[in-house]
Amino acid sequence: MIKMQEVYMTYPNGVVALNGVDVTIEQGEFVYIVGHSGAGKSTFTKMLFREEVPTKGSVVVNNTDITTLKWKEVPYFRRNIGVVYQDFRLLPKLTVYENIAFALEVIEESPKNIRKRVMSVLDQVGLKNKARFIPDELSGGEQQRVAIARAMVNHPSLLIADEPTGNLDPETSWEIMRILEEINASGTTILMATHSKEIVNTVKKRVIAMEDGMIVRDEHRGEYGYEV
Amino acid sequence: MKFSTLKRHFKEGARNTWRNGWMTIASIGAVTTTLILVGVFLVLMLNLNHIANELEDDVQIKALIEVTAEESDVDQLEENINNINGIESIDFSTKEEELENLIDSMGEQGQAWGLYEQDNPLNDVFIVKAEDPLETERIAAEIEEFDFIYRVNYGQEYVDTLFKFNEYARNVGLVLIAALVFTAIFLISNTIKITILARKKEIGIMKLVGATNNFIRWPFFVEGMFLGVLGSVIPIAVILIGYYFLTQNMAILQQFNFVTILDFYPFALQISLIIVGIGASIGVWGSLMSVRKFLKV
Repeated sequence: MIKMQEVYMTYPNGVVALNGVDVTIEQGEFVYIVGHSGAGKSTFTKMLFREEVPTKGSVVVNNTDITTLKWKEVPYFRRNIGVVYQDFRLLPKLTVYENIAFALEVIEESPKNIRKRVMSVLDQVGLKNKARFIPDELSGGEQQRVAIARAMVNHPSLLIADEPTGNLDPETSWEIMRILEEINASGTTILMATHSKEIVNTVKKRVIAMEDGMIVRDEHRGEYGYEV
Repeated sequence: MKFSTLKRHFKEGARNTWRNGWMTIASIGAVTTTLILVGVFLVLMLNLNHIANELEDDVQIKALIEVTAEESDVDQLEENINNINGIESIDFSTKEEELENLIDSMGEQGQAWGLYEQDNPLNDVFIVKAEDPLETERIAAEIEEFDFIYRVNYGQEYVDTLFKFNEYARNVGLVLIAALVFTAIFLISNTIKITILARKKEIGIMKLVGATNNFIRWPFFVEGMFLGVLGSVIPIAVILIGYYFLTQNMAILQQFNFVTILDFYPFALQISLIIVGIGASIGVWGSLMSVRKFLKV
């Protein structure tokens, strides 16, 4: 599913983001990435959908080596990966329905299929009755559910969540976790960067801890391991 | 591309054009100004060209034959002239015909010349036309070398000036039009750049969910085209109305056998198409120029 070998990444300004990362993640796993800000979590996740390209080493996702991927093939590669951010990144002028449909329109899905799939994924995140709302009329948790629905509507094999609960209160966070676990249960690999000790220590999964661009700990059913 | 996608691009492009409000109006204003100037220049240039061509066609060489020339000499002369390269036609006109033409062309006053009918001071002439009017000077010089040629007239200075003016006007017009078009493209590309910045988030999301660059580019392409085409509406109206009145007034002048200008139809239609075409190209080019930077993966 994901295989990183000897991955180094130095930004043009000289900042070393990744300093020799080796990791393998199997299909269907649920993995937390933890570590302080600037430890390399973001760069790590960005490489998985080729937002960044390593300066050295190889990154293979879904049997595609992103270091040799032609830029024309990048959009097609990304269609198999869903991404969710801390700040939701919804389009404020579009309704919930339109925001999700947008992800299918841009890959030229037929209008009939779009309708069917959007309604089905809205049902999955429990927002069927809010389809006509615009994001500002929703709570933070609901907005994040819309973002997850948009990421999932393509049925990607990998879902990357960059601090999905970072802007949410604890109660709402559990709701998001429940949805992510459901998605994971249906076979989707989930990679979640997080700062939430509570979540990592309660919903036990594989934990990859990063420091100074290196993986310093990788354990199944691990703990958060840092003081908050 | 699927039809539904194309429809989406046009809807999106139209919606963005509408949503950008003042920026849209500013862009359209830039295109409008440019196209009015370009249009007026084009109308002037094409008409100047037309007038020049008409005048050029009228340019003829009058070779005056010596009064002492015998009939056989005249025949020999005609053969010699005919042998010059680039001759379109050669006509012989007797001095009686020449006098008649002169009297006709001067109207009332010409009657006075009637006195000369008994003792005609004019010469028989060959009227020679060049295939390419620009060759007139060379041909005239060659004819002048022949025996029994008294003098060659072709309005040298007048013709030379006309040709020079024509060429000059053409070049100046082309340079000006190129500069104007360039300015408009720059303005549009800057305008669309600002609107793209406002939609940076949207483009980011599109890329995230796997939209191809072409897919992202299309609505901007449509928007640029709209801006260009909308910007050509006023210029076309101005030029059609202006040219219509011009042709109406020229019709009066033309009765006095002055220069002619191109007829309203089909010229007006052609110029409208050219203006829309230039407008749309400016818009599309400007928009694609500004999108390019944002699409680097």
